[in-house]
Amino acid sequence: MRIVLVILSAAITIALVYILNTPLTIAGNKTPRLGYFLSPQKGFWQNAEAAGSIFNSTVRLPALSGNTEVYFDERLVPHVYADNDADAYFAEGYLHAKFRLWQMEFQTYVAAGRLSEILGNSASASAALANDIKFRRMGMVYGAKNSLMAMEADPQTKQALDAYTAGVNAYINTLNDGGYPLEYKLLDYKPEPWTNLKSALFLKYMSYDLTGGDEDFEMTNAKSVFTKTQFEQLFPYGHDSVQNIIPKGTTFKKPGIALKLPETADSLYFNYKDSIVVPGMNNKPDKHNGSNNWAVSGAKTRSGRPILCNDPHLGLNLPSLWYEIQISAPGYNVYGVSFPGTPAVVIGFNDDCAWGVTNAGRDVKDYYEVKFQDSTMQHYLYNYEWKKTVFVADTIRVRGTADHIESLPITLWGPVMYDKDYPNALGTNKAYALRWTAHESTNELKTFMQLNRAKNINDYKNAIAGFKCPGQNFVFASKNGDIAIKEQGSFGAKWRRQGDFVMPGWDSSYAYQAVPDSENIVLQNPASGFVSSANQYAYDTTYPYYLGGKGFEYFRANFINRSLANMRDITALDMQQMQNDNYNLLAEMARPALMKYIYDSTITKEEQKYLEMVRAWNLRDDSTEFGPTVFTTWWDNLMDATYKDELEATKLPLPKVDETTLLHALLKEPNYVFADNINTPQKENFRDIVTAAFKKTIPVLKQKEQEKNLAWGRFKDGGVRHLLRIPVFSRLHLSAGGGKDVINAFSHYHGPSWRMVVHLTDVTEAYGLYPGGQNGNPGSQYYETFINKWAAGKYYRIQILNKGEMARQKNLGVITFNKW
Amino acid sequence: MKFIIASILTALLGFAAPLYFTWWSFAVTSAIVALLVKQKWWLAFFAGFLGLFILWGGLSYFIDLKNEHLLSQKIASILPLGGSYISIITVTAVTGALVSGFAALTGSLAGQLKKG
Repeated sequence: MRIVLVILSAAITIALVYILNTPLTIAGNKTPRLGYFLSPQKGFWQNAEAAGSIFNSTVRLPALSGNTEVYFDERLVPHVYADNDADAYFAEGYLHAKFRLWQMEFQTYVAAGRLSEILGNSASASAALANDIKFRRMGMVYGAKNSLMAMEADPQTKQALDAYTAGVNAYINTLNDGGYPLEYKLLDYKPEPWTNLKSALFLKYMSYDLTGGDEDFEMTNAKSVFTKTQFEQLFPYGHDSVQNIIPKGTTFKKPGIALKLPETADSLYFNYKDSIVVPGMNNKPDKHNGSNNWAVSGAKTRSGRPILCNDPHLGLNLPSLWYEIQISAPGYNVYGVSFPGTPAVVIGFNDDCAWGVTNAGRDVKDYYEVKFQDSTMQHYLYNYEWKKTVFVADTIRVRGTADHIESLPITLWGPVMYDKDYPNALGTNKAYALRWTAHESTNELKTFMQLNRAKNINDYKNAIAGFKCPGQNFVFASKNGDIAIKEQGSFGAKWRRQGDFVMPGWDSSYAYQAVPDSENIVLQNPASGFVSSANQYAYDTTYPYYLGGKGFEYFRANFINRSLANMRDITALDMQQMQNDNYNLLAEMARPALMKYIYDSTITKEEQKYLEMVRAWNLRDDSTEFGPTVFTTWWDNLMDATYKDELEATKLPLPKVDETTLLHALLKEPNYVFADNINTPQKENFRDIVTAAFKKTIPVLKQKEQEKNLAWGRFKDGGVRHLLRIPVFSRLHLSAGGGKDVINAFSHYHGPSWRMVVHLTDVTEAYGLYPGGQNGNPGSQYYETFINKWAAGKYYRIQILNKGEMARQKNLGVITFNKW
Repeated sequence: MKFIIASILTALLGFAAPLYFTWWSFAVTSAIVALLVKQKWWLAFFAGFLGLFILWGGLSYFIDLKNEHLLSQKIASILPLGGSYISIITVTAVTGALVSGFAALTGSLAGQLKKG
């Protein structure tokens, strides 16, 4: 009898342990292993970092060659003092891992198409698998391996990567199951050893984020729906009145590549007939991944020294994409923000100069239709010959279920992204290969390492010359007074409209050629006294190569140029205020036309109240203003009223029309053909649709007013989201100013991911911050430290300090790395 | 007295075992304590329960205090326990205590088996 009780009791105990040691499914979601998760010695409690923690430790390892000391300042920014380069990057890897391990590994899982290994048994399983198939077929791993070859062929970058990887792994090796970052415990998996390939994958992810948003299929559809005239009206090339990065009137030398329109272009390419369904094109990178940067020369500043400013606009996440760091090694001191996942400082300054980046936004991602001989896809047509397809078998491991096998056909254009297996939206056998600069064997890390050590403008030019993808506008300023900017990257030497549409892959005359770097122009010390970029067209349309037709910025670019042209006696504080300027140039240009076109006589008293909000508005997207809410809603309605009827006349996905296109029409074309709603018998004009678009805002605005959400900051509802979108790990509902067309480009979940102002005085006067915190652990008081100050438009003083100064001032701990 | 000794031993070994082994290794030590410190089965259960309740409750309480309730409140929103740090500490303590209590009960009953 007693034995039964023993067995029963043992069974209950074992069952309890089993249940608490197994992820449970509750309402479709997987729980962590609850016993493990709740254990104060292993689980989430171990991630509850004591307030006021001091981060002292000593690391002794045979891999180190000298002594490195790391001092954490009051904001937990590490100041690294190393005896040599390898030790410096070892320390950087160790620090990235110590404070950001989960995010850096998770992002490489996304890039490598491996999310299913983590999320394959969760409620997000199908989204994870879709992500994985997409990134595999896009050739991300293929591109990362190619770039890794280039990075490892160069002794300097190889040494940096090796040391960095060793540093990350040195930290991972200190962890047991109680030490893993919180997200590993939530999702119940473990970190794996870091590799150089993971660093390459991270860089490829940035290439994807900044150049991955193609619209080739949508554009191809558009030419099947619209006549050539309509197409050119809807998707024009160039902005006449934009202030280009390289000023208008610059004479371009004779192009190094003579462009030749393919003989079949009229029949095969400009046929305005072909149509395709866009396969699975949702979930693209944010099209507002843009940025501002500028530098003013000493002639315009109070001190007589240049000031450089940069604020890259990206999706705002926690933990942040950026990690602030100072690195001091023999020969240089550099301060700025780094990418957890790669060595070196990406944006920052050193003792002699400063640099920053914005996205070029040029189209370096093209699709070629591939004609296979038969359904086995073993051979494809190319210049009247059958070429052999190479197949790469790719296994996606799916947690808790069977592997998913992808067989990826590779052509000489690149991987076949879409074919009958993925996804077969039309039921045709059409296949499309992807040619993307991110697939090439390039070494972008080298550029950052050289910029970290640059002493003058020639070093800057040499450093960036090898940078290929993602194309960036590198701005530069130095203490000896030089300022410069260059749109740097490997760009296509294209004829007009080349690569806007899917191209025939059987004809080599459509092949992509790269613009020689000598034709990417450096603007250096211009008479205007400043250089700037904000994702606008780098050149005007007289540039010998086609720059691409869509998505280029206008309003931030022109407003930055107007502001800088009018400024004198500039101080670093002026530049901070300018980075936070909410002046809306789109509204300045559009409001008079809207007011002109609206039928006053039909406006009711209630509507009049909202109209007054626009009329009386100071044109600033400030947090407390009502004007931007009414204007933006009205403008969005007007975009729909103008183009939605045409764009929805077909089931095919079509590209969006740029705001500049509507604005141009509103200002210049009173009888704009697209103002007519093609679904009604009568003929509408701007007066009709401007008025109707306004009236349509009223119910929305009334509701927002009742909810007390009419003020712009509350209407916009800005926030910084955790990478897993867990609300309590995010900072949501930040009531702050800014918007997509203003310098302070803080929109919903997107905006200035790092703001930096560097005044190049003898002792550098620099300021900066990003919307996050140095510690990626949601259980740390340093998790979101900078967000309030960032949202308020304030800054921290940032400075390169020597070891003596650091040792004297208040710090949050010291880590020493010694050879063992 | 035996009850107090058993509880204290349960807590001490329940702390030591997971330093080297998995989170639930305290179940084994709780069972061994109950096997060696002979008590009535229900006293053994409560000693096992109490030992881990104090250990897990106490550890999480002090961690939480030093963390100024920052993470506990976040986790208590996810789990979901209404964001209450007291709730998450209680749930933590009871979870460990239940496992330990049943492990101790098993040890105690097994010990009496040998005697019988």
